Amino acid sequence: MNANNEHKKYLKKLKWHTIKVAFSQIMLLVLFIVAWQILSDKGIINAFLCSSPKKVVDTIINLWETNDLLIHVWVTLKEILISFGLGTIIGIVFAAFLWWSPFASKVLDPYLTILNSLPKVSLGPIIIIWAGANQNSIILMALLISVISTIISVYVGFKQTNITSIKLLKSFGANKLQIFTKVILPSNLNTIISSLKINLSMTFVGVIMGELLVSKQGLGYLINYGSQVFNTNLVITGVILLGILTSILYFIILFVENKIKKEW
Amino acid sequence: MELLKIKGLSKNYLTKKQVICALDNINLDINEDEFIVLVGPSGCGKSTILSVIGGLENKSGGEITFKDDKVKIGYMFQEDALFPWLTVFDNCMLGLKIQKQNTEENKKYVRYLLKKYGLASFEKSYPKELSGGMRQRVALIRTLATKPDILLLDEPFSALDYQTRITVSDDVFKIIKEEKKTALMVTHDIGEAISMADKVIVLSNRPAVVKNVYEIKMDDKNLPSINRKNAKFNEYYNAIWKDLDHYER
Repeated sequence: MNANNEHKKYLKKLKWHTIKVAFSQIMLLVLFIVAWQILSDKGIINAFLCSSPKKVVDTIINLWETNDLLIHVWVTLKEILISFGLGTIIGIVFAAFLWWSPFASKVLDPYLTILNSLPKVSLGPIIIIWAGANQNSIILMALLISVISTIISVYVGFKQTNITSIKLLKSFGANKLQIFTKVILPSNLNTIISSLKINLSMTFVGVIMGELLVSKQGLGYLINYGSQVFNTNLVITGVILLGILTSILYFIILFVENKIKKEW
Repeated sequence: MELLKIKGLSKNYLTKKQVICALDNINLDINEDEFIVLVGPSGCGKSTILSVIGGLENKSGGEITFKDDKVKIGYMFQEDALFPWLTVFDNCMLGLKIQKQNTEENKKYVRYLLKKYGLASFEKSYPKELSGGMRQRVALIRTLATKPDILLLDEPFSALDYQTRITVSDDVFKIIKEEKKTALMVTHDIGEAISMADKVIVLSNRPAVVKNVYEIKMDDKNLPSINRKNAKFNEYYNAIWKDLDHYER
């Protein structure tokens, strides 16, 4: 009875703690927005350079009314989903190939290291020449930025798979494909998910970079256009919309991760 | 009747700097239903013998002959290596699935083994819900599921704490005897060896050669934990202890 009470108290405390954290998180955001608005109203910060929450909302409504908002968001989202999907698949397949052939992985090791440290943005101009000033360039750029790190992190995970597990499968007479599908892949689900998270932010960098260089639509275009016509409202609105988009995609990955982990 | 004959087995490990001779001229006969334990100083190459017999590593020389081509080998490791993403039942089916013997009959056999050894209610549980001793039992059933003729046990209890170790030795011993399996176990624990074995083979420092062979003869031989209290136990213990000459290196 006593222990039961104690447990109830403990649960209450836990719940209260969660509420406190969530409340503080929201308050921090509200405070920031309010302060931003007041500072620009009072003329302490330059509203023309720094915009203000009201102006951002106005800009969003404006974009909505001219039907531009969804188009720009959709174009960026589409580019992200395509390059993210391609990057993930190519990355995992290539990592599997490296695991499969230790010889190939030894041969390719220095090249992967160089490619990984090379700022892929510097390839932007040549990509535009090759793929044309269109969405293909943007997707290719994002793919290049994300795929190398995916390959490396997934391959490292594959290589560090528990040796006894592999020995066990060999003792049952498993072939290489069975070892891959029964141990290597499932035991690296965590590695793959965490590389997805990194992959996602890399893809964002690539897509926005590409859109800044060549595009007629998308959030990157919006930001670039805003800065060219010195419309800081548009620039900041673009950045905020991007922030919202990343968080949504990030939470989707987290949701999937929790779904999988709940099982075991 | 001999199930396995090892003649002049040797194994070298090659590195850039040197050739390490792990096994040198090992001769060993294993009869059906026999429980043989190899003991030796750590790093002497006793696990290598199992790896070579089990086909996980190639031998450098010598001969390993089985009674016939049908002799199947089952391996059990120090780590239970249960897959956390599979249920207890699916873990036990792993070997059968790999050998493409995922039949109803074999599923029934796995269920029968799980039930017989007190794990029926954990069939759908995940390994993290089991105690260390239960995990090791599941690992043994996973090996038994493929119906091996000879079991190779590579320090199967070393990862367990002392008390669990004693009870799990009893469990594993009972299961192996009841299922009438031949077993070849490697350990560095002399007490474990004497209490479980029909025959203890003492190996020397690297390169390992057979130094001595003890037939363990006790009146009213029983479970390992009871054998440990047998009057003969200490006699064997002292003899093997001397053989292992811990200070001579």
